[in-house]
Amino acid sequence: MLVLTRKKNQKIMIGDDIEITIVDIRNEQIKLGINAPGHIKVFRKEVYDSIQEENKAATESVSPEQLKGLSDLFKS
Amino acid sequence: MKVETTRFGQIDVPDEDIIKFPEGILGFNGNHEYVILNDPSTEPLRWLQSLENPDLAFVIIDPLKFRDEYSIDLSDEEVEALELQGPEEAIIYAIVVIPKEQPEKMTANLQGPIVINASKMIAKQVISTNSKHKLKHYVLDEMKAMLASTQKKFGKVTLNLNRKEKGPKKVNDGEVG
Repeated sequence: MLVLTRKKNQKIMIGDDIEITIVDIRNEQIKLGINAPGHIKVFRKEVYDSIQEENKAATESVSPEQLKGLSDLFKS
Repeated sequence: MKVETTRFGQIDVPDEDIIKFPEGILGFNGNHEYVILNDPSTEPLRWLQSLENPDLAFVIIDPLKFRDEYSIDLSDEEVEALELQGPEEAIIYAIVVIPKEQPEKMTANLQGPIVINASKMIAKQVISTNSKHKLKHYVLDEMKAMLASTQKKFGKVTLNLNRKEKGPKKVNDGEVG
């Protein structure tokens, strides 16, 4: 892993078109500004992790027999 | 193709029903082939069964079964990965978590929906950039709210007929099979 030390308002370039700015540093929190082209999706890592966890929870759902019973819940 | 499954025994899957997930589903990146089992007795819930791991299956739902509207913006890269030519080719499902003790508290994940290119049978779990799309949507609560609001609309005759579609990147799940 590449580790860089940066100060407030300094920037990092990733490739030619992703620019990350250290906007603010306060105690334990760092504010980052990210400039990236529209085709790059930027997410907090927690989003990936939580979707992964949710997928795992989904595989422990009910049995096929139980699922059949649930169909009634949708009939209004 | 005959496939062994833990929940359904041996199933026969026609080649054209095989859905390919080149990147897998998050957390299950090693599994690339699935089939959707359409059983009328479980509607609107369906199973997404792995063809490679007999034990791996997800319950899925068409989000429009429990809410009026759900559309997601795909990035250019996602459109490319799915080889989508247009929004009409796309089908969207949400993965459902059903607590064994309290199944009525089932939730659907609208933050990480599954988008399927129905023409090419290529699929991908994408992450929505819309902050209103949560990891846990209470399916039955939202469905009740939807039905109530539909009735209200019909009562007052305030149907909105000019729903506009955005640019070509917009995937609308109006034609879910």
